[in-house]
Amino acid sequence: MILDFAFREITPRREAVLGQLGIPPVADVPEHIDALYATATQLLAESAAPRAVLADIAIDDFADVFRGEGHNAPRTPVGDIFPRAEHLALFAATLGEATGRAITYGFETRDFALASMLDAAASESADALAELAERRYESQLRERGWMEPDGGVLRYSPGYCGWHVTGQRRLFAHLRPERIGITLTESCLMQPLKSVSGVIVAAATAAHEFAPTYDFCEACETFECRDRLRALRAR
Amino acid sequence: MDRLTAIANAVIAGRHTEAAELTQRVIDQGIAPQTILDDGLIAGMNVVGERFRVHEIFLPDVLLAAKAMYAGMDLLKPLLEAGGVTSRGKIVIGTVRGDLHDIGKNLVGIMLRGAGFDVIDLGHDVAPERMVETARTEGATVIGMSALLTTTMPVMQEVVDLLRDARLTGTIKTLVGGAPVTKTYAREIGADAFGFDAANAVDVVKQLCGVR
Repeated sequence: MILDFAFREITPRREAVLGQLGIPPVADVPEHIDALYATATQLLAESAAPRAVLADIAIDDFADVFRGEGHNAPRTPVGDIFPRAEHLALFAATLGEATGRAITYGFETRDFALASMLDAAASESADALAELAERRYESQLRERGWMEPDGGVLRYSPGYCGWHVTGQRRLFAHLRPERIGITLTESCLMQPLKSVSGVIVAAATAAHEFAPTYDFCEACETFECRDRLRALRAR
Repeated sequence: MDRLTAIANAVIAGRHTEAAELTQRVIDQGIAPQTILDDGLIAGMNVVGERFRVHEIFLPDVLLAAKAMYAGMDLLKPLLEAGGVTSRGKIVIGTVRGDLHDIGKNLVGIMLRGAGFDVIDLGHDVAPERMVETARTEGATVIGMSALLTTTMPVMQEVVDLLRDARLTGTIKTLVGGAPVTKTYAREIGADAFGFDAANAVDVVKQLCGVR
């Protein structure tokens, strides 16, 4: 299923964009930086063409996708959680080629401040787009009565939390995100630049729980998994 | 106001047109290019770096200043090269193989150039062999590596190992950074240094290169 979205649905939050540039939410932001933010979001609105593709996948089939080329960490959250899933869907989402070009152009022409603001805004919008695809999948499951009331959905991506980036190859072979213009490089990186892919896991909320005690957790300082689990419990 | 201080102030304020005009004026007045660079442009960037470090200004201010610094450098660079003036050091930077997140690496490059270093930016998804070979052939003193994915962090170790195998440890030093990278991880893989943000990376490179 291919989904098109309007930019207003993925407009980045100002605090989040400024946060990516190390500007805390309590900061007294100077006018010239707010003006940069306004210009960046305007450029993003003009360049972004947000699209996503979703495809249901059976647990056994996903086991094969997830196995990838055998480079995953021995234990991973996705590996522990997906066998308990009620439903799974592969997804890919992109802001399109033009946004990446605008960022590159900004750096090439030495508009470093604007380019980095645009990059931060685009990253936020790409995340918002993936979130929107996730919500859309959850809504469909609920409308069809395929999810328990206490169930929830969370997404995971190759490259993070022990799921090796080479896992993209089988994910792409199954999902075919080329349909919305996303391709994979030899090193398994996605083009356009601002694209997100992965699996959406629908399961009872309790089935999503895990402790961050995997080998790779020791080196991680982002703790995003904790925020995501907290948000899931609060839904 | 001193003419070089005026250049520094233009850099600090991020006024790139003014920085270029003032730089051209002092070139025309016969001031040595190295003096203009050190006491005008770099002096301005040093103030910017310090203000950023103590949270007086934000990253976009640093980038506006860098643009002003570059505007002046464009005029000075041919003169410095013609005069045989060497840079403060040559640095190879890149985002490691399998990773395309290069905004942090770009910022480090911008700020290193702003601090007077020669920077060879290999871009993203860079193989360890290419980093080491480029540093060796170009005579670089530091390789700066960035990773955002936890699954690509081990590539940094490969670079450190390749340098050791080629007996280049110590000659070419390694600096690592990126959101999931920590000082502990840098130590574990045998990297020479860790930079927690772009401004800090510049300080660390200065230390590694033994310049002020």
